[in-house]
Amino acid sequence: MQTLILSQVTKTFDGATALSSVSLAVAAGERVALLGHNGAGKSTLMKIVLGLISADRGDVRVLDAEPGSHAARAATAYLPENVAFHPALTGLEQLRCYLRLRGEDPRGAEVLLERVGLGEAGRRRIGTYSKGMRQRVGLAQALIGRPRLLVLDEPTSGLDPVSRREFYTILDDLAGTGAAILLSSHALTEVEVRTDRIAILSRGHLVADDTLPNLRRVAALPIHLQVSARPEAADEVARRLSGERHNGARIDLVCGHDDKIARLGQIAELGAMVEDVHVVPPSLEDIYAHFSGRAPS
Amino acid sequence: MNRIAAIAGSEFRIALRNRWVAIAVVLMALFALVLAAAGSAPTGQLGADKLSVTVASLTSLAIYLVPLMALLMAFDAVAGEVERGTLPLVLTYPVSRPEILAGKFAAHLATLAIAVGAGYAIAAAAAMWMDPRAAEGIPALARLFWTSLLLGATFLGLAYWISAAARRPGAAAGLAIGLWLVFIVLYDLGLLAGVVADGGGTFTTAVLPWMILFNPADAFRLYNLAASEATAAAAGIAGAANTIPPMHALASLLLWPLVAFFMATATFRRMTP
Repeated sequence: MQTLILSQVTKTFDGATALSSVSLAVAAGERVALLGHNGAGKSTLMKIVLGLISADRGDVRVLDAEPGSHAARAATAYLPENVAFHPALTGLEQLRCYLRLRGEDPRGAEVLLERVGLGEAGRRRIGTYSKGMRQRVGLAQALIGRPRLLVLDEPTSGLDPVSRREFYTILDDLAGTGAAILLSSHALTEVEVRTDRIAILSRGHLVADDTLPNLRRVAALPIHLQVSARPEAADEVARRLSGERHNGARIDLVCGHDDKIARLGQIAELGAMVEDVHVVPPSLEDIYAHFSGRAPS
Repeated sequence: MNRIAAIAGSEFRIALRNRWVAIAVVLMALFALVLAAAGSAPTGQLGADKLSVTVASLTSLAIYLVPLMALLMAFDAVAGEVERGTLPLVLTYPVSRPEILAGKFAAHLATLAIAVGAGYAIAAAAAMWMDPRAAEGIPALARLFWTSLLLGATFLGLAYWISAAARRPGAAAGLAIGLWLVFIVLYDLGLLAGVVADGGGTFTTAVLPWMILFNPADAFRLYNLAASEATAAAAGIAGAANTIPPMHALASLLLWPLVAFFMATATFRRMTP
């Protein structure tokens, strides 16, 4: 079942196109990463999903309801980029207020703060918090109730590596219970292992929307083979593989996805002349750069 | 209802921590004490009890102070949230925009009630200490209290309105001061000028009463002084308008908070964060 459906969504601000005919769907239990440069339209898309701004054209459905309707808001949790709270309130007080706004028991605030690792600090005013601690309060409020859709704008910014891992564990639990998750991030390595699908926005156009292996195949970016030859055989190896020699005994080869096995076969034939071989697939950065450069200007 | 209470609880806590509650109480108490001291001069010719005289002075004080406190307390209710960046998140919660404003309104009105109540109680205590007959003035004081809250509610609503319209705290603050000057100071000066220029013509008899009713501060003064024996001492422009039935002034006082709150919610609803 699709939790979130955007079809042909277009939005312009004062003549500048922020989103151009974007169609995207997120199913229950699916984690989708939304990538794009600053100003590519990620935040605009999220605000439309949340009902904070309305689309000029196109249709958006959140659990079969209008975005911004009471039903949609009751089922949706949001973590804004650079989340902010009133500095005079404590973390606990702020969370109790949010729990009551969602019709939940305010006594759940302590458990939520524990879950994001803010147990003791909950009694201090938010004005004294670091950016990472505010981000945790933001995460805690996004976990209130059982959200069916989570919209997370740069959720791990300001978190240290350990907290990031904890955060993705929480996210996995939520997805396991059937929550649909749409998150934007600049940390591509996290997104690579922790999401099911990647959507790339570039200048308001959705230029990619698929699993990472599929994106890899479609992009057909060259694969690098790094062959370490025995020092005395380096020239011979370079000649026979018609590759380029680097730093003494290393020979670099570039090949397409379909040639990879054939090339590896050639290397294997060289037998004892080769010490080691390294296969370097295109990185997510390469794939991202490939797709985000494809938007019609 | 629970959602409004949640917002109101947070806002009241913020008002306490920002010292707004303390500042408002001290301000009202200070002015009430000064008025009580000034009112201790002999008032034999009037024949009124001390508290009734104090109520007349408190009415004039409240006209200046209550709208000012309400505007200062509430002008950044929406604009401040925009500036802090807290508004988009709360707008994604299942709480309507009128509910958000209602919660803030409840907290701010409670703050005003505490401050005004404390100030008036001090003035009443001082008057009773000096004049045993002062208990006669208690109904007038009670009327002054709840009409002060109606006046405060009006300016709270107007403050939310300009806060949502301005979107920036600086602009909202400027508008708040402008609103106060127009309603509290310039409006009456304008009416006076009109009366003087008119020389008892149709403006004074037909237009002026309605214009007085249109201004919540004038309606407040009119309603409180009309019933008081000390009217003649402090009425000022109300003297020229003694043809207006006090019930009309009360109707204006009751209508204004509703109109102001309606304008605030209408503007807030249209706002895109």
